[in-house]
Parts: sequence; structure tokens; C-alpha cells
Amino acid sequence: MYRAHVLVCGGTGCTSSNSKKIIDAIEDEIAEKGLADEIKVIQTGCFGLCALGPIMIVYPEGCFYSQVKVEDIPEIVEEHLLKGRPVKRLLYEETVAPDIIKSLNDTAFYKKQKRIALRNCGVIDPESIEEYIAMDGYQALAKCLTELKPEDVIQIVKDSGLRGRGGGGFPTGLKWSFTAKNEADQKYVVCNADEGDPGAFMDRSVLEGDPHCIVEAMTICGYATGATQGYVYVRAEYPIAVKRLSMAIEQAKQAGLLGKNIFNSGFDFDLHIRLGAGAFVCGEETALMTSIEGNRGEPRPRPPYPAVKGLFGKPTTENNVETFSNIPQIILHGAESFASMGTERSKGTKVFALGGKIKNTGLVEIPMGTTLREIIEEIGGGIPNGKKFKAAQTGGPSGGCIPASLIDTEIDYDNLTAIGCMMGSGGLIVMDEDTCMVDIAKFFLDFTVDESCGKCSPCRIGTKRMLELLNKITDGSATMDDLDKLEELAYHVKENSLCGLGQTAPNPVLATLKFFRDEYIAHIVDKKCPAGVCKSLLKYVILEDKCKGCTVCARNCPVGAISGTVKKPHVIDTKKCIKCGACIEKCKFNAIIKK
Amino acid sequence: MKTLEELNAIREKAKATMTVREDNSDVIRVVVGMATCGIAAGARPVLNSFVEEVARRRLKNVTVTQTGCIGMCQYEPIVEVFEKGKEKVTYVKMTADKVARIVNEHLVNGNVVTEFAVGSFTK
Repeated sequence: MYRAHVLVCGGTGCTSSNSKKIIDAIEDEIAEKGLADEIKVIQTGCFGLCALGPIMIVYPEGCFYSQVKVEDIPEIVEEHLLKGRPVKRLLYEETVAPDIIKSLNDTAFYKKQKRIALRNCGVIDPESIEEYIAMDGYQALAKCLTELKPEDVIQIVKDSGLRGRGGGGFPTGLKWSFTAKNEADQKYVVCNADEGDPGAFMDRSVLEGDPHCIVEAMTICGYATGATQGYVYVRAEYPIAVKRLSMAIEQAKQAGLLGKNIFNSGFDFDLHIRLGAGAFVCGEETALMTSIEGNRGEPRPRPPYPAVKGLFGKPTTENNVETFSNIPQIILHGAESFASMGTERSKGTKVFALGGKIKNTGLVEIPMGTTLREIIEEIGGGIPNGKKFKAAQTGGPSGGCIPASLIDTEIDYDNLTAIGCMMGSGGLIVMDEDTCMVDIAKFFLDFTVDESCGKCSPCRIGTKRMLELLNKITDGSATMDDLDKLEELAYHVKENSLCGLGQTAPNPVLATLKFFRDEYIAHIVDKKCPAGVCKSLLKYVILEDKCKGCTVCARNCPVGAISGTVKKPHVIDTKKCIKCGACIEKCKFNAIIKK
Repeated sequence: MKTLEELNAIREKAKATMTVREDNSDVIRVVVGMATCGIAAGARPVLNSFVEEVARRRLKNVTVTQTGCIGMCQYEPIVEVFEKGKEKVTYVKMTADKVARIVNEHLVNGNVVTEFAVGSFTK
């Protein structure tokens, strides 16, 4: 029996800021102080507040240490673990009140969150099946196999109103029922963990923090749809997720929770992992299945849908990681409990990976219907450096943006679609006044051009031509005709591409055109980038009245574009200037501006 | 895994090791003074006995933690018991042998062991 538990985040974010070394340091220090039998150190999954990593929580007090350094460990062990005095200096400042240490759940970041999909992330040791079972793990599977008929399971999922969390928002129960009614000698369950949107990492965090919940949910799906084989398609770039998932599958097999005759019900289920090589198109369901089959990851036309002819030509149910992670909770607590959260047509919660110009970057899970303002201003802690909020990008390269004027939009599938945006898999990138919207559109299109598989010409050639037009706009050589051409081409690519990648690739352009057309026009007509991002349209100028002639800028200019004599205002030769910004950074008198 | 009973048995066993992580304000908090004075006077075996005894009896509503100097160094090792809605109880000159009685009479049955409490020593 341990009197205290020290939980250290072992998610990818905290691992890259050295949480592994911190764990080693604590274990060494505890052993040295002779506390090894009293204190247990546990590596968990993601806590969500990645901006403050590495993160560590000490129970029973629930003290939340943030940005822990290896040098701090001796002090934490000596003071807190040995003498029971939390080191306030190192605690997350929001939890420190004059007399008490507040619970993490009372902080602005966690207060409005409702954790269903992430319920075990940062709570349990993901490498221990016992800890998962202690948190009611595999109870839902037991209930399905011993009490419910497959059609009852599907009915519960249908009644819960759960919709696909990968972005499309297709009702999950309905999807399951399509596969269930197709007769075949073999059916499959596939979990899409090929999370490819730049900036999105919720699926990774679920796999890293709670891998057993995916094993359990897929087995339940197998039972409901009549499948006996499952595949998890996960990116090879997620080594920690792959390791913990393999471990979970192994443990489940040993415990008899995977394999033959689970819970004496006569139901067999087996699970395999397939690694993806990181192609974005493999996140598209038909391309993903082609890739599992061992072929080049290219999409195939639908219909036939996977429910009819999927993996290896057999009926297949494919869901995203986050969708699956909701299933055990729905079975255990009932469809009503899940459906009581969220909005009319979007039930439950959604996980967002909060990134960009925001204070608390990290992972948040909120009930559907929470406004963008609550996410950004309260949970996210606002925009750093007193900048103004300009827009939020959702849905990655397939999505659109929500401008500041719509910050009170309640986030759910239908509201986002109505404003020309999409839920997407959950990347939420916050942009401030220094972000150029044309540049953002260019960034995402550049990504899709790279990732287009090349099978169909609208996507292969169309996106490339669109990118060329965007480049023309940002370097100042475009005309208004080009803007019309860009828009026309965008609709053409959207209508005629074979799969989701091409059909959604023009979305970033269309969404920014919808809300920020004036910025495009400023680039084309005035030859100016209002946000000061597009280099070709910028000019660096020294303000004569502010320049003291200190020569710092001239000395730091890498191309010798600045000239002038000591104590006299300097000038920049715009022909030589490469617009690197080194002079602005060095000038102490704010005498250099971009315009 | 063949039966629900098997699964539940694993759950109860694993759960018992994780109670320490629950965010619960209704628990009884046993706090052992573990400053230099407390440790020197033998607070560590007292702390360990509490942890073991609580685990042995599977008391889910008790957490055992330590704190700094409680202040009356001549009465160390000192143990304080906090329970919601009740007066704090301070046990002084604690030894590992006294722990079992406190757990049994106070923590389980709710009767303060007055002969170990600070009042009977300072009289």
C-alpha cells in the first residue's frame, strides 16, 4: 500500500520536454530517501495542459506541479514527499490560494471541460490493465456480451446520438447497423488512428493515455456488427501510442478479453495493428483500407460503401479513435446520459487540440454547444501579448475558419457547417491580428498539394493550379481576374474530386474568401499585406525621426543593406533587403517598421 | 476472462490501490507531523503503520498524509485526524503500537482514543 502517488505525464508533449528524465530522477531520489515502499511513481497519459508540461500531480493532496525541471526534483521529494510541505513556488500558479491548494478541477482550464473520451487520460497508468479495470474498464464489454443482443447494442449507440468524431459527423449507430445487416463469412472492424491534420493530436493522446478503451470499444463494435477481426491503423510517427496499444492488446489477450469465447459468450475477437507511413490520404476510409490490404494508399470510389464492400472486400465498420473512446461510457451509463449533453443534433462532447496564438495550448474536451468564446477566452486563457483575436481555424486542411465576429457561435456539427466551416477531427488553431489569412490558405493548400495521391486529376492538377494562383497573390503579381479564376477552380475541385481529400482541399480558400475577401483584395489591388506577413509585399523602413544612428542595425544586417554614418539616421536599401527582420529585432528605439 | 465475477474481483483489488487518487472531501484525513523533530522522534514507523493498517482493513474513506512541524515538538510524533464537520483530534507521543487501536476505535468506530490525545498529556 502506497501512501502517496506521483503521476507524471508520459504523453508525447511532456515526453519531448523530458518527462522521462523526471520520472527517473524522482525514482532515484525516492529510493535514496528510503521512500520507495511508501510512494508510487506512475507514468500516465496526457493531462491536456500541454503548454505547461512536463506535468506532475502528487496525490492524495492533488498538488499540480507544472513545467517541472530535473533540478527541482530533490526539493520536491525532500519538502513535499518527505516532509509534506508542497513546494508552492513550483505549483501551477492558478491552484495556489493563500491558505489552500485548489483542486485542478477548479482552474479555468479544467472547470468547463467534461471529460468522457479523455476520462482516463492523466488519471491511470496506461500500461496497466488493472488500473483500467479499476476505472470500470471492460465492464461495458461484459455487459454487452452477457446481457445484450447485438441489435440492443446498436440501438443504444443509435439512441445516444453519437456522431463520427473523425470529421464527417455520420451517425455511428447507423453506420454499425449497415454492417450488421450485411451477411458475410467474415466482417471487420477498423479503427482510424491515422491522425494527419496539422496541429491535431487528440487521437494520439487517447491511444497513449487510455489504449484499453479502444480495445474494449472495438470488441464491442465487433460483437454488435458480427465482426471477429479488428485492425487499428495508426501512424508510425506515434511511437508511444503504438507501444502502449500493442501492450494493451497483449494484456487483453492474456486476460482473455481478446481471443476465443470472451466471457463464455461464444464470441471471438482478435485485434491487429497496422502502421501507416504518414500519408494524409490514408486517413480517408477507403484509402486506409487499401493500405491495410498491402496496396498503395489510394482511395476508391464510393459506393460501394465499406459497410457493403470494405476491407478485403468484406463488410467493414470504420470509426475514428475518439468515436470509439466514447462507446464504453455510452454502454455503461446509458444512451440518455450521453444524449443529455450537447445540442439538439450533436450529442456528447468533443475533444479539441488547442494550438496557435493561445496561452493554454493543449487538449480540451468540452460539451457540444460550448461557444468559441468560452474555449478561447476562458479555457484557453486568451491570446498572449495583448493581441486581438482574428479567427480560429478548425478542421485542418479540410476545414475553414471562424472569424472574430462569430466568436459566440456554439460549436457543433451543424452550426459549423452553416457558417461554411467544419468540425473536422478537432484541431483548433487560434490566430491573432498578426496572421495573414491568404498566407494561412496558402499553407493548407501547400499541404494538400503535397499530400494529394495523384489518382484523380481535379485534385492532382487543380490544387496545384490553385496554389500557383495563391502564390501570385502573395507575391503581388495577381490581378482580380486571378481571384475569380481561383474561386471558380476551387468549386471545380470540390465538385469533381474522387475522395474527401480533394473534395475538401479548397475549403481553406473558400472560407477565407468568404470572411476575409478584403485581405485578398488588399494583396491584389493595393499590393499590401495588412497583417505584415507576406514578404514580397513588405518594405522595411527606418523612421528618420526615431533613428539615433547607433549603427546596431547596420552591423546586424546579414546582407549589408543598411547604410549610414554614426549618430545620423540610417537607410535601408530595399533592393538588397531580404526582409529577414533581424534589424527590427535589434533596434532599441523602435525606429524600424514594416509597411 | 470467463465471468463478470472474475472481472469484478480484479476491479475491486485494483481500485483499493488507487483510492489515494480520488478527489473526495468526505474522507478522514490522518496527518502525521514529519518535520525534522517528528522524524527524529520516530514519526516514520507511525506513518507506515497507519498506511498498512488502513490498507489491511480496506478503509476507502481514509487518506494518510504527512505534514511539516505541528509545533509542539516535545510531544512528537504527533498525528492529527481531520473529519468533515468534527473537531480536529490531535494524538501525541505516538508509537507504531498505538496505531492499531486508533484505527480500530477512532477511524472505524468513531470513538476518539482520549488517553492518547493531547488533552490527557498536558493536564
